[in-house]
Amino acid sequence: MPKDIPQLGCAKSPVLKERGQHEVFCGLTSIVWLHRKMQDAFFLVIGSRTCAHLLQSAAGVMIFAEPRFATAILEETDLAGMADVHEELDRNVSQLLSRRPDIKRLFLVGSCPSEVIKLDLATVAEKLSEKYFPNVNVINFSGSGIETTFTQGEDACLEAVIRSLPSSERTQLAVLGALPDIVQDQMMRLLNELGLEDIFVLPQINFDDEVSVGPNTHFICVQPFLGASYEEMVRRGAIPISANFPFGAEGTTKWLWAIAERFGVSKAVFDAVVAAPKLRAEQAIESVANDLRGKSVFFFPDSQLEIPLARFLSNECGMELTEVGSPFIHKSLVYADLEDLPSSTQISEGQDVDKQLDRVFDYDPDLTVCGLGLANPLEAKGLSTKWAIELVFSPIHFYEQAADLASLFARPLNRAKLLKVSA
Amino acid sequence: MKLSVWTYEGPPHVGAIRVATGMEKVHLVLHAPQGDTYADLLFTMIERRNHRPPVTYTTFQARDLGSDTASLFKSACHDAYNRFKPDLLLVGASCTAELIQDDPGGLAEALDLPVPVVALELPSYQRKENFGADETFFQIVKKLASPQPRTKNISCNLIGPTALGFRHRDDVKELEKVLQNLGIEVNVVAPMGSEPSDIVNLGAAHFNVLMYPETGESACRFLEKSLDQPFTKTVPIGVGALSDFIKEVEGITGLNDLQNRVDSRLPWYSASVDSTYLTGKRVFIFGDGSHVISAARIAREEIGFEVVGMGCFNREMARPVRVAAKSLDIEALITDDYLEVESKIAELAPELILGTQMERHIGKRLGIPCAVISAPVHVQDFPARYSPQMGPEGANVIFDTWVHPLVMGLEEHLLTMFREDFEFSDANGPSHHAAHQPAAAPKDIQPEEALSKGSSLNVIWMTDAEKELRKIPFFVRGKAKRNTERYAVDNGVLEISIDTLYEAKAHYAR
Repeated sequence: MPKDIPQLGCAKSPVLKERGQHEVFCGLTSIVWLHRKMQDAFFLVIGSRTCAHLLQSAAGVMIFAEPRFATAILEETDLAGMADVHEELDRNVSQLLSRRPDIKRLFLVGSCPSEVIKLDLATVAEKLSEKYFPNVNVINFSGSGIETTFTQGEDACLEAVIRSLPSSERTQLAVLGALPDIVQDQMMRLLNELGLEDIFVLPQINFDDEVSVGPNTHFICVQPFLGASYEEMVRRGAIPISANFPFGAEGTTKWLWAIAERFGVSKAVFDAVVAAPKLRAEQAIESVANDLRGKSVFFFPDSQLEIPLARFLSNECGMELTEVGSPFIHKSLVYADLEDLPSSTQISEGQDVDKQLDRVFDYDPDLTVCGLGLANPLEAKGLSTKWAIELVFSPIHFYEQAADLASLFARPLNRAKLLKVSA
Repeated sequence: MKLSVWTYEGPPHVGAIRVATGMEKVHLVLHAPQGDTYADLLFTMIERRNHRPPVTYTTFQARDLGSDTASLFKSACHDAYNRFKPDLLLVGASCTAELIQDDPGGLAEALDLPVPVVALELPSYQRKENFGADETFFQIVKKLASPQPRTKNISCNLIGPTALGFRHRDDVKELEKVLQNLGIEVNVVAPMGSEPSDIVNLGAAHFNVLMYPETGESACRFLEKSLDQPFTKTVPIGVGALSDFIKEVEGITGLNDLQNRVDSRLPWYSASVDSTYLTGKRVFIFGDGSHVISAARIAREEIGFEVVGMGCFNREMARPVRVAAKSLDIEALITDDYLEVESKIAELAPELILGTQMERHIGKRLGIPCAVISAPVHVQDFPARYSPQMGPEGANVIFDTWVHPLVMGLEEHLLTMFREDFEFSDANGPSHHAAHQPAAAPKDIQPEEALSKGSSLNVIWMTDAEKELRKIPFFVRGKAKRNTERYAVDNGVLEISIDTLYEAKAHYAR
């Protein structure tokens, strides 16, 4: 069997759909990176002690400065209707804004309890926006675990932001998705070199009322989990650009070329711009890929980055895919990456964690990508794991990070080889 | 509604998970949305457990709410029993499921499983993590414990340790050694390390050792009442408390002369001359009630610190903490508001904080050294080495841990004498570790500003006096500043001069 030329194309393969216990974060977790990305924004979760505890546990090891998020914890009196929830919120918000006068954008974030008691945060946000106009812009979205999974929190946030944007006829490029600052700068340099000047990125680092959207806005996502934001952009008349996601040399090239094509950039100009960084990325990946080639990998559903990353590991690093699980598959976004996966790959959507654990032991992969709750228990059973959450927090997009991305997967394997003591 | 930046305790169902995870052959089915599964990482990451917590979350979604979350719970319960075959099943609801009122207890009952089922009531909008642990263990004990013939030799149960407890793993080991030296057998350690059959057998012990009132008191009270088992009230953290604990054990068992078998290095280390510099160091103590009460006694009686402030985040312990504070002529701070604790610390300007991971954070911001004495825990609180708080070794560990963040012995004097030496700046902090550098505090809150922030005193520092103040080493500067300001106010001085500074110094020296 010619193992080196696998048949590609997964978009029409049957997907294993599962509905059982999910072992994933809720959308509130997105706040952990969003609040760092948006420097004049504050995220106020209206929820329970569990929400506050989740945020500090998920953020615990990562926050070194005062966080720009907090939880308004619902208490017995709020639920029993003894306190007017809207008044209470009003009081909390004014307490917060007096402590942080630097805040320009306030996000009221819905949670499981606030959704279940049907707290109307949209109306509250509207009233507060009027009250604090023009100093603070108040927007609401839901990060609740009954509606959103992990990265879908960013999606819900951006969707709400897009809804609030003014309309315009401007011809421009919009890039959707939070990136580390240095990576965003690299991306902007490449796009500028291609001759594109009128570009905006969401989320914005600082609030800027110049940003607008309309029928001459062309947009592309830099993250695969932005399904609702994509829909909202289309609803506002913007025109989507579809491509592979910009992971690795190949993914980045295809992503950039899709934009170049749309804006009429010639192949010659394109090649001149990307040739050097592309070659650099390919060579850098090559040196890391030696540790990955021929190794098998299993993805638990986590961030929705799974399908594009599986494409990178398979096509650019020579890994063999077993099961690629994703909490949710937006086919319109990941179609190109699905089409580039070997057709033998088992794609799964949703989760029944106990059954999935049975399958991972059957596959016995060389590397398992999973959430923090599962990593150590799997390591203890002899599987090498990669924490999926690190993929959301590390710079992994575009040419200059291609080898870093490969290294994230190679490190657990190399570490296992390095250690001469057994646990 | 309460605005909260950080929280000291999780919700009550996290307490239930701590009990279930500590035990064997127990499974908890929790009616909860998917996000609540984050709790697993507390155990697998922070505590580095190599097993998943024995918890099945129903992970209902918005679309289930309209239809049938109850049957989802029933099937999750049924599947969990069949897969894990526990000897005891716990069922409960997290905060969101509490709102939809599916009655997990009744639903589980209807399944008619062949093992005992304990239905937990965990009021998420009123109570917190410690309550959840205490209540869960109490319900398990109430369900399973039954009268048993007492063991031939004198024996006890160790009650209270759970998964994710601050040093529980090592405290158990240390107490087992202490009791072994006293000639007392340990019948059962629970909840951590026990299985349901052990709980049935609790009644065989002659008495209970309540290690952690936060998580074990309800069970101990129940066992006292229903099985006639007395329990110890002193938490054996510190040399004095350990000695009282042994006296209590003597009283309960009728054994005597057990005292001379206690052996800790703390008393000699405290007596040795290098420790003179510890005298009267001003400390602020905050954490869970029982660790704070123990710490205050050690600080005052065994190390010779001055306790300038103390308090706890768990309201359940407010009364004993207030009593302990009163005996030190201070008022206890009972709050779970991190910002309130921060402003109290800023106001008091202690030289050392004995606190939790939160206070470590506060200390970093204010440039005050901190040693951790209590939960909430962090990955650092599960060290690879043996590191108990209880017993003789616990006292040794505490001495080292508390003294480590401070500038040591002669270095204090050298820093004062050679302040102008550019290579020997006190801004670098203690020389034996670079971790506590007050100069590296975040831009927005400089230590000096932070120290003055909490002061409601309306006085102005003249430039010369302020310069002079900066010549005082950082670890006593806060105290000098505070004393001077208070002296100025008391004497109607509005502008502080160099003279005011030294008049205040002389005044407080008396």
